[in-house]
Amino acid sequence: MELGGLIFLTSGLYMGWSLGANDAANIFGTAVGTRMVQFRTAAIISAVFITLGAVISGGGAAHGLGALGAVNALPGSFTVSLCAAFTVMWMTKAGLPVSTTQAIVGAIVGWNLFSGYPTDQEALTRIMTTWVTGPILGASISFLMYFAVRFILNKLSLHLIQLDRYTRNALLLAGAFGAYSLGANNMANVVGVFVEASPFRDLSLFGFTFTGTQQLFMIGGLAAGLGVATYSKRVMMTVGSNLFKLSPVTAFVVIFSTAAVLFLFASEGLADAMQSVGLPSFPLVPVSQSQAAVGSIIGIGLAKGGRNLNLKLLGNIVLGWVATPTVAATISYVALFIMQNVFMQQVYM
Amino acid sequence: MLINTGEVMAKKEETKKNGRDGIGRVFGSRTKALEMEIDQYLSYIDQSALLLGEALKQYFAGDTQRFEEKSAEVDEAERKADELRRNITHRIYSEMLIPDSRGDVLGLIETTDNVADVAKKVASHFGIEKPEIYPFLKEDFEELVDTSIKAAQELTLAVRAFFRELYRVSEHLDKVHFWEHQADQIEDRLKRKAFESPEIKEFSKRVHMRYFAERISLLADEAEGVAERLSISVIKRSI
Repeated sequence: MELGGLIFLTSGLYMGWSLGANDAANIFGTAVGTRMVQFRTAAIISAVFITLGAVISGGGAAHGLGALGAVNALPGSFTVSLCAAFTVMWMTKAGLPVSTTQAIVGAIVGWNLFSGYPTDQEALTRIMTTWVTGPILGASISFLMYFAVRFILNKLSLHLIQLDRYTRNALLLAGAFGAYSLGANNMANVVGVFVEASPFRDLSLFGFTFTGTQQLFMIGGLAAGLGVATYSKRVMMTVGSNLFKLSPVTAFVVIFSTAAVLFLFASEGLADAMQSVGLPSFPLVPVSQSQAAVGSIIGIGLAKGGRNLNLKLLGNIVLGWVATPTVAATISYVALFIMQNVFMQQVYM
Repeated sequence: MLINTGEVMAKKEETKKNGRDGIGRVFGSRTKALEMEIDQYLSYIDQSALLLGEALKQYFAGDTQRFEEKSAEVDEAERKADELRRNITHRIYSEMLIPDSRGDVLGLIETTDNVADVAKKVASHFGIEKPEIYPFLKEDFEELVDTSIKAAQELTLAVRAFFRELYRVSEHLDKVHFWEHQADQIEDRLKRKAFESPEIKEFSKRVHMRYFAERISLLADEAEGVAERLSISVIKRSI
C-alpha cells in the first residue's frame, strides 16, 4: 500500500478514535462514573468488543451506507470522512445536538451532489426512517425492560449487597454487548466511505481469508480502542456524574436497550433469520447510538409515569435529524471542491 | 402492658448464633459476610430496644437486681452494635461495595445506631437516678415503653426491607409513624397527669416524671427520624 493511501486513511482513523472516545464512553459512562466498574475493565471490554463487532458484523451496516453513495476515490473518502468528523466536532463545540451517523450521511450526500452521482432515494429514505424508528425502538425496549427488571427484582428479593454484585456483572455483560453492537453498527460511519476505495488487499493466513474490508474494519476497531484508552475516561466521568443521573440498574436497562437497537440494525444473521420465517427484517444501516440512548432514557421516563420527562431531549433529536446532515452536506460539498481544485486530487471516478 | 419479649429474645439469640457460625462456615464470599453483618447489626438494635423493655418491666415491678442484669444486657447489645457498625463501614469502603448507594446505606446504619444509644441511655438513667414511679402513672409508663419499642421494632423491619424487599418498606414506615404518634400522645397524657395530680407533692418529682417520659419517648422519636431518612433513600433506590 502506498504512503498516500495511509495518509488518506487518517480521517477515518480520527473518526474511529472519536467513536472510542465518545460513543464507547457512553456505554460504560454510568458504570464507571458511579464506580461500579473500574475504568481499566471497561476500557479493555470496550476495545475488544468494538473490534470484534466491527470485524464480525460490521459489513452489513457499511453495505447499507454504501447503497447511499459509493465514494469511489480515496481522496474523496478522506474528504467525506473528515467533513463528517469536522461537523461533529464543530456542532459539539457549539453545543448543538449531533450524531456521527447523521453527519456521515450528510457528508456522503454532499459527495453525491458534487460528483453528480444520483443519491439513491430508496436508500436515503431507508436510512432516514431508522433515525425515527431507532429512538422509538429504544424507548419501546427500555419501557418493556423496565417493567420486566422491576418484576424480576421484586420476585427475587435480593439483598442490596447481592444486587450490587449482580448489577456489576450485568453492567459488564450489557457493556460488552453494547461495545459489540457499536462496532457492528457504527463502525460503518468510520470506515464505510473507504470500502469502495479500500487500499487493502485480501490476505490469506493459515487457510483463512482476511478480506480487505475486514482489515479496514479491524483498523477502525483499533483506532476506536485507542480512543477508549486515551480519552474516554474523562467522557465516562462526565456521563456518569453530570448528564443523566441513572441508577446502576436503570443504566443497565438503557445500555442493553441501546445495544439491542444497534444490534437489530447491524446483524445480518438476525435479518436472514427474520426473512426466512417471512418476517420483515430491520434494514442494515448505521443508527445513532446517542439518539437510541436518549430514546431508551425516555422509555424509562414513560415507564415511570411520564414525570421528569425532558421534552427538550426530543426536540434535540428532531433538530439533529435536520441540522446535522444539512451542515455536513454543505461542508462536504465545499471541501470536495477545494480538494479537487486547490489540492488537485481526484475525489471521484 | 409490656409485650412478651422472652420468646422473641430466644429466637434472636438463635439467629445470632446461626448467623455468626454461618459467616465463617457456610458462606465464603465477602459480600455474603457483609449481608450477615448488616442483619446481625439490625438484630442488636432490635435487641437493645427489647432488652430495655425487659429492664423497665423489672424496674416497674421493683426488682432492682433483675433490672440491673437486663440493663447490663442493653449495654452489651449496644456495644456489639457499635462494633459491627464500624466493621460494616470499614468493609463497605475498603471493598468498594455499593458505590452508588454507599452514602445512603452508611447514613442509615449510623442513624439506626441512635436507637440503641437511646435505649442504653434510658436504662442507664433509670439505674443512676432511680426515679420513683407513682402507682397511678405506672400503667402509662408501661404503655409508653411498649409503644416506643414497637416503633423501634418497626424501624428495624423497615431497614431490613430496604436491603431486601424495597416495596415493603413503606408499610413498615407507616407503622413507625403510627407508633411514634401514639407514643407522643401517651407521653403528653403522662406529663399532664404528673403535673395535674395532687398525689405528687414536690415540683421536682413532677419534673422527674416528665423527664423520664420524654426519655422513653425519645426511642420512638429517633425511630421516626431514621424512618424519614429511609423514605428518601427508598425513592433514590427504586429503579
